[in-house]
Amino acid sequence: MKNFYLIFQKELRSYFNSPIAFVVITIFLIISGYFFYTIFATFSTISFQVMTNPIMAQQYNQLNITEMVVRPFFANISLFMLIMLPMLTMRIFSEEKKSGTIELLLTYPVKDSEVILGKFAGCMGIFTIMILLTLPCIFLIELFGEPEMGVVLSGYVGLFLMGAAFISLGIFASSVTENQIVAAVVSFGFLLIFFMMGYSAGFASETIGGILKYLSFTPHLYNFAKGVLDTEDIMYYLLFTLFCIFLNMRSLESKRWRG
Amino acid sequence: MIEVENLTKKYGNARGINDVTFTVEKGEILGFLGPNGAGKTTTMRIITCFMPATSGKARVAGFDVFEDSLEVRKRIGYLPESVPLYTDMQVPVYLEFVGGLKGVDRRDIKRRVAQVMDDCGLNAVAKKYIAELSKGYRQRVGLAQALINDPEVLILDEPTIGLDPKQIIEIRSLIKGLGGKRTVILSTHILPEVSMTCQRVIIINEGRLVAVDTPQNLTAQLQKSQQFIVRIDGPEQEVLSEIGKINTVSRVAVKESGADGINSYLVEFKKDSDGGKDIAPVIVRKNWALYEMRPIGMSLEDIFIKLVTEEKIH
Repeated sequence: MKNFYLIFQKELRSYFNSPIAFVVITIFLIISGYFFYTIFATFSTISFQVMTNPIMAQQYNQLNITEMVVRPFFANISLFMLIMLPMLTMRIFSEEKKSGTIELLLTYPVKDSEVILGKFAGCMGIFTIMILLTLPCIFLIELFGEPEMGVVLSGYVGLFLMGAAFISLGIFASSVTENQIVAAVVSFGFLLIFFMMGYSAGFASETIGGILKYLSFTPHLYNFAKGVLDTEDIMYYLLFTLFCIFLNMRSLESKRWRG
Repeated sequence: MIEVENLTKKYGNARGINDVTFTVEKGEILGFLGPNGAGKTTTMRIITCFMPATSGKARVAGFDVFEDSLEVRKRIGYLPESVPLYTDMQVPVYLEFVGGLKGVDRRDIKRRVAQVMDDCGLNAVAKKYIAELSKGYRQRVGLAQALINDPEVLILDEPTIGLDPKQIIEIRSLIKGLGGKRTVILSTHILPEVSMTCQRVIIINEGRLVAVDTPQNLTAQLQKSQQFIVRIDGPEQEVLSEIGKINTVSRVAVKESGADGINSYLVEFKKDSDGGKDIAPVIVRKNWALYEMRPIGMSLEDIFIKLVTEEKIH
């Protein structure tokens, strides 16, 4: 437990000792802020038109700020996470392998699980700071409308769980190569496949379509963004994360017997 | 303390090390000698549990490196050849981090860090990030992290490489001071270092053990004949023939001819003969002037070259 905490602390510190954390968080906030602005501006334009135009009012029989701003806001953030999180995770093991520091780390009396979980938690720390910094957008919505706070909360839970899944996959990709670019490309590629897997469900048979849809990231997040906290969705992300951490342990362990 | 039995490591078809067996006693400083690529680093990586052996066993303090890796790692301080450090950390912060991982008590850690920084001469760079340090200081930080938990066994892969002469002397005396309490394996290809710091030497070449002994014994063992340099003022031909007549002398030759007729001769005696004493009477009888007479021992360099090249011929 002490070793876990030491590695967590070191990992968190090394993100802030280099510009990585600042750059990734800043760019992430700029993009998500800009997209939030467009969503919100569109919503207010529509509301304005509905107020002045009775025909439009018939088309939009109800204007729901939760549905039209909060939900797309979460969907957008999940997309930016897909791009940004591999940049955070790519260095985690690759850098240690390249610079050789892994040789010292693995000869210290530390369990592999402590190393992996410490690094995972460190990266989760940065990610948590990153998504919490999007809260001002929610305050702005709150200022001009009345979003359902339950949905906001469950949306953030969904993002957090999804982030854990992304990060665990990213760290695993980083543990199999000493090249950071390779780690980033591999994790981005696999995340994208899981992200879009559900899109082809419509063309497949019912069973396979169901499986594809279940394995895909997006439908689960949409449930959270709707305010539905289903154990099925929670389990999906948790199992995904645990599976990646398990693979990661095996990949680190294999170094000890494979050589 | 350290037992290595029939250790073999293959990299694909290429052999890293082949059937290496040796033991190191508690408190001993063992020098690990060999040309580049001989398998020094491979052996060390196996002992430190970073890499598994293809076959054979290695034990540290009775614990197998493969079965009880964690127990072995608790007892080892390791300095890899490339001195890999987290360059984005400050020196004391880094040492505290490593100390924590290596099980130094939290209440003790500040004191321990201050102690190793003192021992390794790091106080001048206490505020700097490791990235800013010169090679010599990084080497010291590397040594400090190996020492932080006061380990029983120290494994140092070329610890003095890249240091300036003054630092080399300091680090050597530091390592020498570590012996007695701790068991040290030290790899190097700088030969005087071994004769200065180590009690025993292992010479390894192309993955195979070539010799294990004390530096003194190695020197003695390999001297197949005794050689003397003798500088005499006398007629060259006569000197050669007179000295050649001595029973115990197997060969005599002019080593260097001086301009003033004072030549240096290389006199080789038969093995196990105490020949040195026979030369002087001859010189005195002939009334020549004797300027110099000294035995030439084989240096560790000569032995090393000899062993390594002999190995190639086989």
